Amino acid sequence: MTAEESRARQGYRNIEQGEEIVENQVVHPVKLHRSDGFAVLKIAIAAVVWWVAYSALQPVTEWLAYDVIGLARSSHLGQSVAFFLYDVPKILLLLSGTIFLIGVVRTFFSPERTRALLGGKRQGIGNVLAAMLGIVTPFCSCSAVPLFIGFVESGIPLGVTFSFLIAAPVINEVAVVLLYGLFGWRIAGLYIASGLTIAIVAGAIIGRLHMERYVEDFVWQLPAAQGGFEEHLAWTDRISRAWQSVKDIVGKVWLYVIAGIAVGAVIHGYVPESALAGIMGKQAWWSVPAAVLLGIPLYSNAAGVIPIVSALMEKGASLGTVLAFMMSVVGLSLPEMIILRRVLKPQLIAVFIGTVGIAIIMTGYLFNLVL
Amino acid sequence: MLNIKILGSGCANCKRLEAVVQKVVAQKGMEAEIEKVTDYAEIMKYPILSTPGLVIDGKLMQAGRIPSETDIARWLEQASAQQSA
Repeated sequence: MTAEESRARQGYRNIEQGEEIVENQVVHPVKLHRSDGFAVLKIAIAAVVWWVAYSALQPVTEWLAYDVIGLARSSHLGQSVAFFLYDVPKILLLLSGTIFLIGVVRTFFSPERTRALLGGKRQGIGNVLAAMLGIVTPFCSCSAVPLFIGFVESGIPLGVTFSFLIAAPVINEVAVVLLYGLFGWRIAGLYIASGLTIAIVAGAIIGRLHMERYVEDFVWQLPAAQGGFEEHLAWTDRISRAWQSVKDIVGKVWLYVIAGIAVGAVIHGYVPESALAGIMGKQAWWSVPAAVLLGIPLYSNAAGVIPIVSALMEKGASLGTVLAFMMSVVGLSLPEMIILRRVLKPQLIAVFIGTVGIAIIMTGYLFNLVL
Repeated sequence: MLNIKILGSGCANCKRLEAVVQKVVAQKGMEAEIEKVTDYAEIMKYPILSTPGLVIDGKLMQAGRIPSETDIARWLEQASAQQSA
């Protein structure tokens, strides 16, 4: 191990099994090491490079499209190419920056800490807190089962656990960044607010229905595992983890982003305006439930859906219908249901899908009505 | 001989973790038995909330992410030092 690596390891240790999780534990005091100074410098340089690249995007892409490639400014092809050249790096830059920042925030919110924060909370306030923690806690649907068992075993109410499980996949950073990049702040904000509301309300309803007996019996019979897994991280660890998540996520979605924006550009050129107004517009009352039903078997990450969604909207689909479709794709995925079937009996799965589905449909109608 | 357990029910990261662990074990020329634990009742005996989990000689070292190769190598060396002590 090099000297720098061992410096980075200072302040990093695993607490062994057997120690109790302290409720409402305070975030570890920040210890600054010398290697932290280098890390801060590196981040400052990266931030400046990011900002310069972001502000240079528009002039550079216009110069590329019109002067280097030589397309006419007024031509449709010229505008599409400029749009594509501008949008792809813009979205990728926004994604990298946001994922990095959220990645740092998330090193403070492990599932273990979230569980400790939710411990002892009642229905109601617990649902609100759980939905909000769902935004910042790192979560992958492949971990849904251990998380579910760990939550309910430690005494967190079923409804509160569901509020978390609904919010975590629906409000994810990729979805919010893409909505912001393609539609602006208003729609990204609406999406976050409605995702939170759906998670809180659906979780509260599931809690009210007292469905504990529809959790698979083995869950209640498991002996509660003692203690918890807790890490103490130095800032260099947090930064390298955030950087790792940028590489992981951007590495996974960049192709979808490019393909989606390209498809959007083609649709932009060749599909007539308002072609979809008849089937996905506000007039078609059945379009919202149809969009939600269609979204359940479709399993994709937000990066794959949003560019398609933006093309649909451009051709006359209404915002409520489109947002309902998106939430259904990310929030009600068939693979996650199959995973959760290991711990939930079919009745509870059905109630889960039904409650969240109805909540999404109502949100879709509401947006179609007021916007 | 070290006993290594990979906790996780066949997620993509569990397979990646297993590959990384195998690589480090081979590099270090250590004798280790690598076990994949996919049964949730078994997995939940450890205080784990997210997979994959890495257990070395009965101790949970990491949960929810793939540790770096240097970390894994360090943990393996510590564990084998403890065994010979």
